[in-house]
Amino acid sequence: MTISDLLDLDPFSLPVREREGILLGGLKDLTAYHHDHCAEYRKILRSHGVEPHAVDAIGDVPFLPVRLFKEYELKSISDEDVFKVMTSSGTTGQRVSRIVLDKETAVLQTKVLTKIVTSFLGANRLPMIVIDTEATLKNVQRFSARTAGIIGFSIFGRDKFFALDEDMKLDLEGLQAFLAKHAGKKILLFGFTFIVWQHFYQELLAKAGQVDLSNGILFHGGGWKKLQSEAVSEMEFRERLNAVCGLGDIHNYYGMVEQTGSIFVECEHGYFHSSIFGDVIVRDQNDLSIAPNGERGVIQVLSLIPRSYPGHSLLTEDEGMIAGDDGCACGRPGKYFKVYGRLAEAEIRGCSDTYAERAR
Amino acid sequence: MSNVEKYQQAFTETFGLGEDQLADLKYQDVPEWDSVGHMNLMGALEDVFDIEMDIDDITDFSSFEHGKTILKKYNVNV
Repeated sequence: MTISDLLDLDPFSLPVREREGILLGGLKDLTAYHHDHCAEYRKILRSHGVEPHAVDAIGDVPFLPVRLFKEYELKSISDEDVFKVMTSSGTTGQRVSRIVLDKETAVLQTKVLTKIVTSFLGANRLPMIVIDTEATLKNVQRFSARTAGIIGFSIFGRDKFFALDEDMKLDLEGLQAFLAKHAGKKILLFGFTFIVWQHFYQELLAKAGQVDLSNGILFHGGGWKKLQSEAVSEMEFRERLNAVCGLGDIHNYYGMVEQTGSIFVECEHGYFHSSIFGDVIVRDQNDLSIAPNGERGVIQVLSLIPRSYPGHSLLTEDEGMIAGDDGCACGRPGKYFKVYGRLAEAEIRGCSDTYAERAR
Repeated sequence: MSNVEKYQQAFTETFGLGEDQLADLKYQDVPEWDSVGHMNLMGALEDVFDIEMDIDDITDFSSFEHGKTILKKYNVNV
């Protein structure tokens, strides 16, 4: 089954046992493809003694530490086929990831994202509130994760309203007018977690009772990044947003710019779910062996999308836990998991060292 | 203005192209028709034909030619 066949299926169908064969086939093909088309990737596999054709379990698919994309421009296409380069939203002085896309990979990203998100939203586009400033979209040449997220999600919106002005202040009047115009309709809200919290929730709190978003469905992602000190728990985030504006349908999503498209979406019961387009593995921080379900470790993400760059299997710098293979109370089959945020810098270095040791 | 003219105008105005460049035009053939340009084009078509397109049709809208087939679903004959 190819990825285009998968696009005809419900993205949250098939139990883990049925997914494995399909995923393994696709991931093996990608491993072999990148081995043949990316010299740096080939070098890495050789240094690990990995033979692409000998991979016979998803857990054996070689993975790259995600920060490798900050240090190298890894691509499996010729310069003429480069369509767009995406960058992660690094803070000043921090290196950013550079992800090289060709048309095929860019189209797949959109198609997969659409399948995953519409399974929560439905096929109809909704009036959309972007919890960000329109200025974020101005610099499209340097395509940041924030820009990519807003544009990627724009397809699900119809009449689009940016809730924040250029100074990241809430446009309360504009928001109220937009809600009045679409009264009684389901409304899509989209934003980055820390922006939703800092620039939307905090301002709504100061203006309590003036905005009713009980018809809203919010997608937010991106984690807390620098604001780790301000981070609130998932439950608190939901409860407090609900209390201040009646918003009840809230879905965090987990994904990285290095695997745009195949995101993991949080269900009604607070667990992230893997779709048929990808997989998630949690590894022990010390030896990077696969951790048993229920134990915390470092998250590895796999995706069937990346064809223009060798990013189909990545070791993240986030800590997580697989709650189960199938059987989440929400009814979706497939692995479901928790994300606990970034590992401490020392732990990340630990993982990289372990990785380097394996390379020797 | 005929439907053909409206359809062409949505492309020429959104992407700044000439009418002679449209016949074989596909998504991402020109820098202007990227994901941002695509949503602008969809908005322009929705406005000019007074329709609301489904998400699947927006992702399917892959070329100037194929777009005409998609619009038929909305009873717009180009």
